[in-house]
This record gives sequence, C-alpha cells and structure tokens, in this order.
Amino acid sequence: MSVATRKAAGAGLFAVTGAAALLVVAMLVVILVDVARGGAARLSWEFLSAAPEEGMMAGGIFPAIYGTAVMTLMMTVAVMPVGVLTAVYLHEYAPARSRVAGAVRVAINNLAGVPSIVFGLFGLGFFIQFVGGGLDRVLSEPGTVTYGKPALLWAALTLAILTLPVVIVATEEALRAVPREHRDASLALGATKSQTLVRVVFPQALPGILTGAILAVARGAGEVAPILFTGVAYFLPELPNSAWSQFMHLGYHVYVLATQSPDVEATRPLLYATVFVLLALTFALNLLAISIRTRTRRKAAAGH
Amino acid sequence: MTTPVPAPAPAKMETRSLEIRYGEKPAVKDVSLRLPDRQVTALIGPSGCGKSTFLRALNRMNDLIPGASADGEILLDDKSIYASHLDAVELRRRVGMVFQKSNPFPKSIFENVAYGLKVGGLKDRAALADRVERSLRGAALWDEVKDRLGESALGLSGGQQQRLCIARALAIEPEVVLMDEPASALDPIATAKIEDLIHELKARYTIVIVTHNMQQAARVSDQTAFFYMGELVEVGPTEQIFTNPRQQRTEDYVTGKFG
Repeated sequence: MSVATRKAAGAGLFAVTGAAALLVVAMLVVILVDVARGGAARLSWEFLSAAPEEGMMAGGIFPAIYGTAVMTLMMTVAVMPVGVLTAVYLHEYAPARSRVAGAVRVAINNLAGVPSIVFGLFGLGFFIQFVGGGLDRVLSEPGTVTYGKPALLWAALTLAILTLPVVIVATEEALRAVPREHRDASLALGATKSQTLVRVVFPQALPGILTGAILAVARGAGEVAPILFTGVAYFLPELPNSAWSQFMHLGYHVYVLATQSPDVEATRPLLYATVFVLLALTFALNLLAISIRTRTRRKAAAGH
Repeated sequence: MTTPVPAPAPAKMETRSLEIRYGEKPAVKDVSLRLPDRQVTALIGPSGCGKSTFLRALNRMNDLIPGASADGEILLDDKSIYASHLDAVELRRRVGMVFQKSNPFPKSIFENVAYGLKVGGLKDRAALADRVERSLRGAALWDEVKDRLGESALGLSGGQQQRLCIARALAIEPEVVLMDEPASALDPIATAKIEDLIHELKARYTIVIVTHNMQQAARVSDQTAFFYMGELVEVGPTEQIFTNPRQQRTEDYVTGKFG
C-alpha cells in the first residue's frame, strides 16, 4: 500500500466513524429541538399542576406526573432489595460452577429478552388474577373485588420484574470490580465473610449498584406496555390514594393524546408538552442518580 | 572455652507432612517445618515452588481458593489449626498476614488500622485511638502520618502503604505475622525500612517471610527454608544455608545458578 492510499484509507475511516457518531447526536438534537419548540408554548405552571379538562383538550397533566413518579418509586423499592440480594448470592455465596447459580443466570438472561408486552400479560395473569384474586377470595366480602383489579402496586411489581435483570447484572458487575486483595486483607484481619461484605465490599460496590438503580428507573419510568393491563388508567378524576388505586401515567397519556383525541389539532400542543415533560422527568431522574453516584464514588475514592 | 549450644527455641507453629493440592495438582508435598517462636523464618525458592502456598496455609487463606485441599498437620502452640475450638476467623486473629501488593482499604489511615479491631468488636473510641497509635508506632509510620490520620490511605506512598498494612496487621496483636514478599514492589529505601521493622518486630512476634531476594533473606532471617517444586529441600540456620548448604540444589539456587 502506498503512502497516499494509506492516508486516504485512514482519512476515510475517520470520516465514516465520525459521521456515524454525529448522526447519533443529530438525531437526539432533532428530537429535542422539535419537542422543545412544539411544547414550550403550552408549558406552564398550570399545565404541570392541573388535571386534564374538556376531554383532555385543555388543562394539565399533574395526575400523570404524580402517577409516574409514585409508580417508579414503588418499583425501585421493590426491585432493589431483590436484585441486589440475588446478585450478592450469585457472586459471593454460590459455589463456583453451581447448578443453581447457572439456572438463575439463564433465567436472568431470558428475562432480559422477554418483550415488555409479555410482562404486561404476565402481570395481569399472575399479580392481578392469581395473587390479587386469591387475596380477594380470602379477605374481601363475597362479590366485591378489592385486590384483583389493576392497581399501582401490581403495575410497580410488574415493572420491577422487568427491570430485575438490569439491577442484578449491574450489581454483580459492581461486586466483581471490588479487588480480591481487599477481600483477602479483610479476611486476613479476622473479619468474617459477612463483615467483609458489609464493611469492605458494599461501600466500594455502591456506585455501581446505584448505576443499576439509575438504569432501572430510566427503563421503568418510560415503559408503557407492562402497565397497560396492570394499573394505568385512561383518565381519573382523582389522584391515587392507595397502592390499590389505578393511576395515570405520562407515557400512557402520550399514547392517549396521540391516538384517542377527537380533535388532533387541538391536542397537538398538549401532546408536545407532555412528551417534553416525560423527557425532562427521565433526564432529571438520571441526573439526580448520576450526581448521587458521582458523590459516592468520590467519597469512596477519597476513602472517607 | 566452648560456646554453649543454645537450646532450640520452642516452635510457635509447626507443619507435619503437609500436603496441599489445587484440584489434583499437589503444590506443596510432604513439608515438615518448625517455625521457632519469636524468630524470623525466610522461605526462599524459585517462582511456583510452593512457598507462598505454604505461607497461605498457615492462616488458612488457601481455604478461600476453590478446589484447594490440605493433608497433614499444621500446629499452632502444639494444637491443630483445624481443631474445632479454632475457626478460621479466630486463627487469622492470631496469625496475621501482610500481602505482596500493599492493599490498604479505600478508607482513612485511621480506619485502616482500626479495621481489625472494629470487626473484632472493639468500640471504645479512646481504646481504638490508643491501639491505632501503638500499631502505627510499631510499624514506624506514626511520625509520618500522625497529623493526617483522617486522610485517605491511598494518598500514602507505596512504602508507607505497605507499612500501613503491617500496622493494620499488628493492631489486632497477632502472635505470628506472615509476610508474602512484603518489599518486592518497593524501592531500596522503603525496602530497608521494612527490613529494619522486621528486625524490631521479631522481639515480639514470630515472623515468616517469603522472599525472592536472597540478600533480604540473609539480612532479616534467623532460619531459612528452601523450597523447590513443592518440596522442602533444606532448612537450617540462615547463615548455614547461605554459606554451607548441605544440598547441591540449595547451593545452586542461593549462588544464583538458577532461579
């Protein structure tokens, strides 16, 4: 290869890879600019704090914001302990080449590949009909249904299962990153395995575990399919007042505005503004979690 | 006038026909070795000869490696370390260890030294502070760090970090200190400090040190054991091993013919 062709090949590859990278940025910019331009005009304090009115063609989206936030919070509370404990078992306690651990790993990988609508159907069948229906048979007056219907709790639990693989994989990765030397040092100082876990391994793995939480929240807050059958409502006059209430959700609200409106032109600004809020909420959650993670990581690195 | 032959020091630890395997592969074969009380025993030999494995057997750190198994006896004060009255946690509080690579926790200097005490259940702040100071003095590090005990241990130099690890091991007042090439990653000045420290420590502790450095073994140890291919080839007073070894293989190794 001559010098000229080598240079041309190098420049060509630089151009192609750079263009691909730019394309990614460009797509994001186009989406953000379009959403911001279309939604900014309609955005106001009233829009954020009021309920929808006139068949969703006026008013705000506060119930949807509230529902999304509460459901995501419940999901996080449900998924983190189970996910972290599973990862700790897999990485710290399961014997090497254990069949149980192998089976769990296969299950996690398959869980991660299940389409989200299937989780919705699973939630309907398992949580609502089986668990909720069972609770009704035992606890409720005959003929009434308290638990066996779509609710915040069931939607949050369904999403928790959906995000479980994310948390497990991230936590296991974080545990793996803790140097063996630190574990050895702790054990050689007469610490038990559990003391080593709590005092040495967890503090160092915490930033990675929080990363898992971030990814789970980012994934869970935006998913619509799993909650379709398990808890979300088209419109509710009141905010949910317990875990057994149905709720409104930003992602589903976008779907409703986009497909169910009698007057597309009148709804369009509302739709734009709702998408804007959904994006902003997701970004804000991510930013918050990233800042927590950075602070923890800095603290861990500084050794306090 | 003849110099009286000194009575042999009592053995603090002793192995009898110790054999350690990783799966099917024996790493240490039939090693019987006495570790005299409050003396320094150096373990020398080429890489992969089993000396580090032997060392890690003495505080049961090998138990952590999947597939590792031990046969034969390991005695501490004439009692088996596998006896039921002594679990691995208790054993490691009596037989401390300093690793090849200094491995301070990403915590403050104080917390590093206090770690073994805290996991052992000591909570009293004054007592902790006292023991931390004593340990850091014992490791000849106190004067260098006394004004920044709250700062991260990771800000110390390599040699200071290794002395911190020694202080950390001393804090729980072990009876035996195992050192796995404690100075191999350090510059000559830091190495000299560690060696001086070993000299001081042997007044109170029984020390076993693995080293690749012949001069270091000669300088710091009272007794030297030469390992080759998992076997204990020869053990004797350090001076004798280096000047007048009985085995040809020992002589070849200490004079640098292989290694």
